Amino acid sequence: MAYSAKVMEHFQNPRNVGEIENPDGVGEIGNPVCGDIMKLYIRVKDDRVVDAKFKTFGCGAAIATSSMITELVKNKTLEEAEKISRQSVAEALDGLPANKMHCSNLAADALHKAIEDYKNRKKKNE
Amino acid sequence: MERKIYLDHNATTPVHPEVLEAMLPFYQEGFGNASSIHSFGREAKVALEESREKVARFLNADPLEIYFTSGGTESDNLAVKGVAWANKKKGNHIITSQIEHHAVLESCKFLEKEGYEITYLPVDRYGLVDHDELKKSIKKETVLVSIMHANNEMGIIQPIAELAGLAKEKGVYFHTDAVQSTGKMKIDVNELNVDMLSLSAHKFYGPKGVGALYIRRGVRLTPLAHGGHHEKSRRAGTENVPGIVGLAKALEIVHSDMQKEERRLKSLTETFFKKVTERIPDVFLNGHPVLRIPNTLNLSFKGVEGESIILNLDLKGIGVASGSACTSGTLEPSHVLSAMGVPGDLAQSSLRFSFGRSNSIDDVDYVVQLLPEIISKLRAMSPIYQK
Ligand SMILES: Cc1ncc(COP(=O)(O)O)c(C=O)c1O
Ligand code: FES
Repeated sequence: MAYSAKVMEHFQNPRNVGEIENPDGVGEIGNPVCGDIMKLYIRVKDDRVVDAKFKTFGCGAAIATSSMITELVKNKTLEEAEKISRQSVAEALDGLPANKMHCSNLAADALHKAIEDYKNRKKKNE
Repeated sequence: MERKIYLDHNATTPVHPEVLEAMLPFYQEGFGNASSIHSFGREAKVALEESREKVARFLNADPLEIYFTSGGTESDNLAVKGVAWANKKKGNHIITSQIEHHAVLESCKFLEKEGYEITYLPVDRYGLVDHDELKKSIKKETVLVSIMHANNEMGIIQPIAELAGLAKEKGVYFHTDAVQSTGKMKIDVNELNVDMLSLSAHKFYGPKGVGALYIRRGVRLTPLAHGGHHEKSRRAGTENVPGIVGLAKALEIVHSDMQKEERRLKSLTETFFKKVTERIPDVFLNGHPVLRIPNTLNLSFKGVEGESIILNLDLKGIGVASGSACTSGTLEPSHVLSAMGVPGDLAQSSLRFSFGRSNSIDDVDYVVQLLPEIISKLRAMSPIYQK
């Protein structure tokens, strides 16, 4: 199995690792395939994702996709952020080995869950 | 130059230079087919039979009981399927354990589809097969018990002589996969009390693609491959003479200093374990604390997934393996760790360090110096690790 240079670069220097204190949305996803876990935190201002951080227990691909998605989502409107798909994360990393495609789902699903969480919280406050 | 440290000797080992040297002539001037009558053939035949005698001597067997194969996988297949097929009239029940190598497990699963009944014995949390469980499982229809000697992932050594004794009492054949123990400890088929034993050259500094199956005289077994009369018609196919010569030479080399090497490896793994646990919190040993081959350590680093550690070590030139689902190719965690009842997250966090001849105490120090930083970096990233 060989990872792209981009995957390895993100794996070695993951961006935005950590937690956001009092986040506006949190998405946690357990990988049904291999049992790994990702937690994604977002800060939203004026319907825009202004910050994102992650914590991931998973393989190289899971860490790289987590890192990449936090980069992709920053400064996107919620509408744009919702359009970030499993595929777009994999593409941004110059592809993933076939048996690792499910790890890119982890990141995209966690993001969508975090946005949903944000919307639910907002509704409650309204 | 980048430093390279290989800590995956249970996966495979490099061919020892003297082994290669012994093999080379049989690719060129000694290329003959061992079945040919002429001098070319006779030369190959002599080398083949000398190798067989050597292997027999190291196993305390008779040369007539040594059958060369293409490796551990074929030896296991031949033992399990061969005995099952040849002894159908007696019964259709086979007993094995849940922690066997896939070569045995998948052979059993295949036989299940053919209508055989298989009992997969559980193991305790140290990975040991229970004596009484085996005793209870043997019945009138049982034709074979196959339990591995040393486990490739954990290094656990089963009390084979005792388990084989139970089978023998009931007149049931006993096979052991000794692929991981051969070359690392003394193997005596009579002390072990087994009817069949698998070994593979590439695990002890011999070439890949060559192995042997010891078959005690009198064991009834159907061949997998039909063809010429090679290997007393139990394994058709022109013999891989260079490989077989290499296998025998490799056995000779590992036996020449076995006790010394056993002690050396044991001390390396003990030192490694001590230093790792001193410097890194929440590290757990998988497998049995003492009933282990001397070179193998399987450790779980709580809160970090195995592949992410492997990649980090690989970037530093260090080669290790993991039982994590993410590295398995099948996306299921190690069946051995599962059978031992190791919780899922700790199975995901397992790393196997298997030392060998190329390793020295310097390697231990080098890895021990790099590992804490890698683990703490990954733990800082982990949603499930709390100090
Ligand atoms: C315990 C055990 N059995 C069988 C095998 C298969 O041996 P080979 O690679 O020679 O087919 C291996 C090696 O992977 C092993 O570790
Ligand atoms: S997280 Fe398990 S394979 Fe990627």
